[in-house]
Amino acid sequence: MLLEVQGLCVNYGHIEAIRDITFGVEEGTITTLIGANGAGKTTTLKTLSGLRRVRQGTVLFDGKDITHSPPYERVVMGLSQSPEGRGCFPGMSVLENLDMGAYVRKDRKSAAYRADMDRVFDLFPRLKERQGQAAGSMSGGEQQMLAIGRALMAKPRLLLLDEPSMGLAPKLIQQIFSIVTEINTQGTTVLLVEQNAAQALKRAHTAHILESGKIVRSGTGAELAGDDSVRAAYLGGDV
Amino acid sequence: MDLGALFGSYDNFLSFTIGGLVFGAIYALVALGYTMVYGVLQLINFAHSEVFMFGTFAVAWVFVALHGTSSAQWSLGRSIPILLVALVAAMCLSAVVALLLERIAYRPLIKKNAPKLIALISAIGASFALSEGMGLRDKFAQWFGLDHKLANYVSPGKARDVYSNPVSILPHHLFSIGGYSVTDVDLTIIVAAVLMMVVLDQLVLRTRFGRGIRAVAQDPESAALMGVNSTRVVQLTFLLGGLMAGAAATLYMVKIGTTKQDAGFTLGVKAFTAAVMGGIGNLRGALLGGLLLGVMESWGAAVFGDQWRDVTAFVLLVLILLVRPSGILGEALGKARA
Repeated sequence: MLLEVQGLCVNYGHIEAIRDITFGVEEGTITTLIGANGAGKTTTLKTLSGLRRVRQGTVLFDGKDITHSPPYERVVMGLSQSPEGRGCFPGMSVLENLDMGAYVRKDRKSAAYRADMDRVFDLFPRLKERQGQAAGSMSGGEQQMLAIGRALMAKPRLLLLDEPSMGLAPKLIQQIFSIVTEINTQGTTVLLVEQNAAQALKRAHTAHILESGKIVRSGTGAELAGDDSVRAAYLGGDV
Repeated sequence: MDLGALFGSYDNFLSFTIGGLVFGAIYALVALGYTMVYGVLQLINFAHSEVFMFGTFAVAWVFVALHGTSSAQWSLGRSIPILLVALVAAMCLSAVVALLLERIAYRPLIKKNAPKLIALISAIGASFALSEGMGLRDKFAQWFGLDHKLANYVSPGKARDVYSNPVSILPHHLFSIGGYSVTDVDLTIIVAAVLMMVVLDQLVLRTRFGRGIRAVAQDPESAALMGVNSTRVVQLTFLLGGLMAGAAATLYMVKIGTTKQDAGFTLGVKAFTAAVMGGIGNLRGALLGGLLLGVMESWGAAVFGDQWRDVTAFVLLVLILLVRPSGILGEALGKARA
């Protein structure tokens, strides 16, 4: 297991946002957490990146306990996130944003760095065209590409994606998800949080369903996609 | 009102303008400290005026230590060796005070996610504590039985009086613009201040740490996800703000020559005004706001009389904020909302 979450509890003030969740992410896979609004998906990812304090439970990354590590140490270890709402730096250009993704890297003048930049531009040719443009003036879809590209610039071992499909046109959603699969086949492990359950289950090797801060179902993506009660609750009938 | 005093002759106009630029340059350097801390923390560091005030004392103390207490009048050229030591000392002391402020008055509150208002109260409290602490320095020395040994520095019984640099620096005529005589002191102040600001601007634009500062200013949570250590970034902004305030304090002492435990107050309010006027959170705005404020209040003093200097400054602030609530240059460093 690359990531192991055991008995994790996180509070917002007195409200329990996450209650005793346990799951793992196998190296090389796509794992997805699906669930409705407010189920605790985003809180889970923020906690994994160190932005929320853990009340109880442990988080192991590559066997090391990172439950209470500060966010920047986790980035150095290989945990990188494209957050909900994209979180691009509005006043920086596309290039500067991508460079911020590589903030913790020491090889920022090397050929490897250039190669990673080219890889991001291969995945998202649109970003190459818009290198000099301020991120704040780009469309939602372009900002989403930038957020994912920026997270890749950290050379992550585990890429955390928070709702990459949010607010995008259906055609663009397809494109973003196929790029997620491509990133995974190129060797990066992915933990994907989604409301678009149909797409997420189609792409994921392993899936977990979150409801009010608890994991209520787990299985392979295909298993859950074929389950009647899951179809009724999350897929709106036909997939 | 006497418009003729300002516009009556070209020479008068130039002399008030250049005089204003000199003070404006000092305001601008102090304004950088307010604007940078606001940029990363959305906190108004009201104790920054005291960071500056400590710097002015450092300058006078260095002259007392290296020259003695006998009063003298030197040219700028002759004072430069001691002045350079004083500059380093003032920048160091101001930076230390700024870092201590961050560590003691702000970081514990930020760690606990306290509302910004609480940090503001803490800032005001720290400002009083530092200023009154300087005014009680003779009493502190007395506790350790050092008040006689350090009499020249702590002024027993007179710690709340004006404290002077024993060496007054006499300006010398360099060249004339129109009929106005530009002195070496004025020119040094303007050039040094602008130079420091250009260096700082480039530091923030081009270095890795500078990018970290901009990232935290634009989106603190995303910055953390990129691996920016926000505690380090906040420390660095306080450090840079302190260094700039120490430099400003040195230039101020070259021009004015005396200080007091509350010398930071009015200057701090003016510098804060300059930062708001230029667009708080924006480095170039602080430069622009500082120079503009210095010139406008100098013109105001010329036209309405010297007692109207501060009134002009603050009326100008109100007028500019009425037209552009986010300041002249908006918030380019921080929250470009586009």
